Amino acid sequence: MNTIKPYLRLSGLEPLVIRPETNFVNVGERTNVTGSKKFARLIKENKYEEALSVARQQVENGAQVLDVNMDDALLDGVKAMTTFLNLVQSEPDIARIPIMIDSSKFEIIEAGLKCVQGKCIVNSISLKEGEAKFIEQAVICQSYGASVIVMAFDEKGQADTKDRKVNICHRAYKILTEVVGYDPQDIIFDPNIFAVATGLEEHNNYGVDFIEATQEIKALMPLTKVSGGVSNLSFSFRGNDHVREAMHSVFLYHAIKAGMDMGIVNAGQLVVYDEIEPALRELCEDVILNRNNDNNEATEKLIQFAETVKAKGKETVKDETWRNNSVEERLKHALVNGITDYIDADTEEARQKYPQPLDVIEGPLMDGMNVVGDLFGAGKMFLPQVVKSARVMKKSVAVLTPFIEAEKEIRKQAHLAAGTVNEDSAGAAKVLLATVKGDVHDIGKNIVGVVLGCNGYDIIDLGVMVPADKILDTAEKEKVDIIGLSGLITPSLDEMVHVAHEMKRRNMKQPLLIGGATTSRMHTAVKIAPQYDNGVMHILDASRSVTAVSALLSKDQREPLLQQTQQEYEDLRFQFLNKNKKAFIPYEEAVVTKEYFDWKNYKPVTPAVQGVKVIKDADLATIAQYIDWGPFFIAWEMPGRFPEVLTDKVFGEEATRLYKDAQKLLQQVIAEKWFTADGVIGFWPAVSNNADTITLQTEKGEVKLEMLRQQIKKAIGQPSFSLADFVSPAGLGNDYMGGFAVTIHGAKKYIDRFAADHDDYNKILVQILADRFVEAFAEFLHQQVRKEYWGYEKNETLSNEELIREQYRGIRPAPGYPACPDHTEKLKLFELLQVTENTGIELTESLAMNPPASVCGWYLAHPGSHYFGLGKIGRDQLKDYAARKGMSLEEAEKWLRPVLE
Amino acid sequence: MKTIQDCLNERILVIDGAMGTMIQRHKLTEADYRGERFKDWHSDVKGNNDLLNITQPSIISGIHKQYLDAGADIVETNTFSSTAIAMADYEMQSLAYELNVAAVKCARAAIDAYYAEHPGTETSNRKFIAGAIGPLNKTLSLSPDVNNPGFRAVTFDEVVEAYYEQVRGLVDGGTDLLLIETIFDTLNAKAAIFAIKKYFREHTDKTSLPIMISGTITDASGRTLSGQTLEAFYTSVMHAKPISVGLNCALGAKEMRPHIEELSQIASCYVSAYPNAGLPNAMGEYDEHPEDTGHYLEEWAKEGWVNIVGGCCGTTPDHIQHIAEAVKGMTPRKLPVLETSIA
Repeated sequence: MNTIKPYLRLSGLEPLVIRPETNFVNVGERTNVTGSKKFARLIKENKYEEALSVARQQVENGAQVLDVNMDDALLDGVKAMTTFLNLVQSEPDIARIPIMIDSSKFEIIEAGLKCVQGKCIVNSISLKEGEAKFIEQAVICQSYGASVIVMAFDEKGQADTKDRKVNICHRAYKILTEVVGYDPQDIIFDPNIFAVATGLEEHNNYGVDFIEATQEIKALMPLTKVSGGVSNLSFSFRGNDHVREAMHSVFLYHAIKAGMDMGIVNAGQLVVYDEIEPALRELCEDVILNRNNDNNEATEKLIQFAETVKAKGKETVKDETWRNNSVEERLKHALVNGITDYIDADTEEARQKYPQPLDVIEGPLMDGMNVVGDLFGAGKMFLPQVVKSARVMKKSVAVLTPFIEAEKEIRKQAHLAAGTVNEDSAGAAKVLLATVKGDVHDIGKNIVGVVLGCNGYDIIDLGVMVPADKILDTAEKEKVDIIGLSGLITPSLDEMVHVAHEMKRRNMKQPLLIGGATTSRMHTAVKIAPQYDNGVMHILDASRSVTAVSALLSKDQREPLLQQTQQEYEDLRFQFLNKNKKAFIPYEEAVVTKEYFDWKNYKPVTPAVQGVKVIKDADLATIAQYIDWGPFFIAWEMPGRFPEVLTDKVFGEEATRLYKDAQKLLQQVIAEKWFTADGVIGFWPAVSNNADTITLQTEKGEVKLEMLRQQIKKAIGQPSFSLADFVSPAGLGNDYMGGFAVTIHGAKKYIDRFAADHDDYNKILVQILADRFVEAFAEFLHQQVRKEYWGYEKNETLSNEELIREQYRGIRPAPGYPACPDHTEKLKLFELLQVTENTGIELTESLAMNPPASVCGWYLAHPGSHYFGLGKIGRDQLKDYAARKGMSLEEAEKWLRPVLE
Repeated sequence: MKTIQDCLNERILVIDGAMGTMIQRHKLTEADYRGERFKDWHSDVKGNNDLLNITQPSIISGIHKQYLDAGADIVETNTFSSTAIAMADYEMQSLAYELNVAAVKCARAAIDAYYAEHPGTETSNRKFIAGAIGPLNKTLSLSPDVNNPGFRAVTFDEVVEAYYEQVRGLVDGGTDLLLIETIFDTLNAKAAIFAIKKYFREHTDKTSLPIMISGTITDASGRTLSGQTLEAFYTSVMHAKPISVGLNCALGAKEMRPHIEELSQIASCYVSAYPNAGLPNAMGEYDEHPEDTGHYLEEWAKEGWVNIVGGCCGTTPDHIQHIAEAVKGMTPRKLPVLETSIA
């Protein structure tokens, strides 16, 4: 069933939903007359057009919300707010983002609320003038549908200590939610950022107070948000932007970790945490975290440092020593720091240094952008800075583009002269390819695209997670000849049924091709083909796509092929119906015929690691040793065992070449750290219930895992398997169970890069390698688990080949795969391991993992545990399962459809 | 007596079709519009359809009754323009309150007549009056002067005042629901929400009425006239805590479909949809056949996207009858589960 999360939702012309993974929301601060002299002057001089460009710049620099403040004694604040916001509303590129209406005068706030159609933030209201006034203002804000920032301010004054901040916020929260009726997610607290390093010792802990208060507020009121005006912090260093920016960066780094969700910052002016000179960063940390600060020691040091910077004069504040480094280092520096001043000259220098202009992009520029990506991923760079980096990159690429084009032209002419190019592509048949909505896997689809492209078809590739409407609208608009759908996870099968259904509704004529790892001839025949009459075909692999497409496009072959397919599918449907009728035993009976083990004599090993352990940035070279190359060649449609495949009669030569390329790329991936391997594991005491429920004991209480059991009728004495059988039944021992999730970050960068270069070969190579890496990582980690983290096989010594053949003790089945096909159990695994927080893997609406190179699963240690395929289950188990899961029958049916008869 | 909530949980409700289209069929003259009371009015009033609530109540009641007979569960009052701001076109600002009271009475009379003809339906098949609050002819987010984008022809306070008076009339007349509809500028709708909240804050003796909200996606851009995407629009009006949110007007069912699908995914309340009878043809007429409209809406119901369906411009009792038959007995969209944690 459809669920809606209590996120803070704002809107301008477009929505802004603040999700846990949003990280940090930048509120643009330059459209504030108290903070920006320039903006104040423009407003006072009635130069609203120019004032608008200040707002536009904020948006371009990455502001996600625009703070507008017109508090100035010399201004008619109501009028200025009204005029400016009315103008903003007529600028779609600014009005796109939500507005934060900022004033200490409520009448100005209300004037602002009257101008904006989107959902705003009011900044701010407080208990300063007592509860009655607070309630009155909150009711008005609510009537306009605004979220509110509540300042930690009460009748006694502004809160300075941690306890006062938390207490006032909690009091305001109770009033807003219980008396006014505010939704908790619409409440944002500003626990006051005050100036530190003022020389007064009682101010020294202000940074710490804010950070700690943030942590407590978020723990106490988890749906609320925390915001703050960051520039106050460094007030005592006015005029010394160098020190101020460093302080802001350091402060944000710690405050965001503590749970700060948004802040008013100058979106264009934030130094990167890692780029602050270490001495200054250290001093800032001491001051902000109030360390080594007895008798103002840290403060004194920072002030001294600031003096030296100041003494050098404004010009020298800009550190230009980086200009002396190599051109690669300079490009990297420019990218990380968003400096465009020298980029043209530096790019030109690099172009002359490298053999091809493209090498500059692939080399130093990409290296720099990788650093940016890593820093962003680590929370050490913020969106606006990344936007600036991208701009530097664009400028640099713009310098290179004419040279790249010229080279292309030379190559093209060469081709033309040699007659190796097809000048007449206008008549090429069009094939549309897409990975369906909810699914992010596209390796297979990309291969199909390349193969068909090589065969002269015009490929329109809509990418991944494509909704049905977009696929079919494009198909109609572009008049494509064939539509191909791809998907890897089981919910994609339903989506394909939906697309077929929609094609019929729209009266479309194109044949529909189905491919991808979970798809099958049977599913296509039984579920998809009946939805659409003009041809549905399951395509097993890319090579077969060529024959199918060419036959479907041929006048003579099309009809016979479709008829033949239809007949085949008809037979399959018949088989399917008959096969399923007899082959089942009742669920009750299946539970009784479970697999029995001698639990009394089994001594479970207590895992060495208790609870959850995060593994960051695992060593790629180590992981690479665990790669199973078999599937690598299967992905390239070269089946056979490795290494025999390299000497295969038919494609051995090609396989060897491929293997060499892959090895080279692999070395590069490792040497240049293209990928980051992150993972998380955990172990919990576990018991089963002699049926299909496993109960885990976690810190937060019991978690029940629901398994499915085979119901296929088997020979007498053969058990009906369920993963639950591999965990000791309650009362028969203290067993354990584990879970894991691993991912490879970083591949997308290279995939996109190669895609942008139209280098499909390397793009697919990277994708497949990322998949191999994550599988190898899972293998490696599983070994570590057996030998160390769980430690039930401390002395295991298996070769890679033996590992690949799964000759070890214990299994690691993945939710959504044959032994436990229900993807929704992944939600529990993600919750148990805090997977998204710990590894950055996210789940799509269909519960596919993103990045696509991710694997998760359970660890089971019993020596008798083994993999199996569930097969089909009956309605009786479905009902029982739905009840156990607390799901509606429909919902359970939706997720289990592939295993239902 | 069943509440609207009870009924929405049981089945898909049908809202009526176009009022203007039906009034046109009566081919009324200037004198018909004026009636006895306004025979000496100083300006032309032909085309002021809302005035007919006072001067030709039997015609308006009759149209409502036709829709009820066709299967409508909810009838909309004939008050699309019954505000002081919209009535300024006829210099009839002072009639705004009275028009609303009269309009609800026309609808009530039709429902009473229906119940009399179908005894027992009052409990088994309750009919509702939705007090229609239109978008106004002046907008708060857009400047009518291209050279002066900051200019506004009307202020938020003026709009609130006008809507407040309309709400007062509708409530005093005895409406069951308040329907803010054909929203092409979200800020106007926010003013209407503001007025409704203010009215019920200041009239604690009155029970707060459920609010229905229906926006208008104007073209293929998928945005409102004031530029918002559908999700941004919904986010902007969520605070009304409406019983339903939906779309009407501007588009036919075919064009409205993807937007209703999206809305059904994001809306935490019930979903309504009452499209036009297709897009206007070359002659500016709506010519979608009632069966076709019925088929489209039937398909949405099958998909589980809707709770309230009906028609807007160009639809007639014939359309409503086809729609009502098409969705009869079909399962209404289930409300999504509102989670209480973001983890």
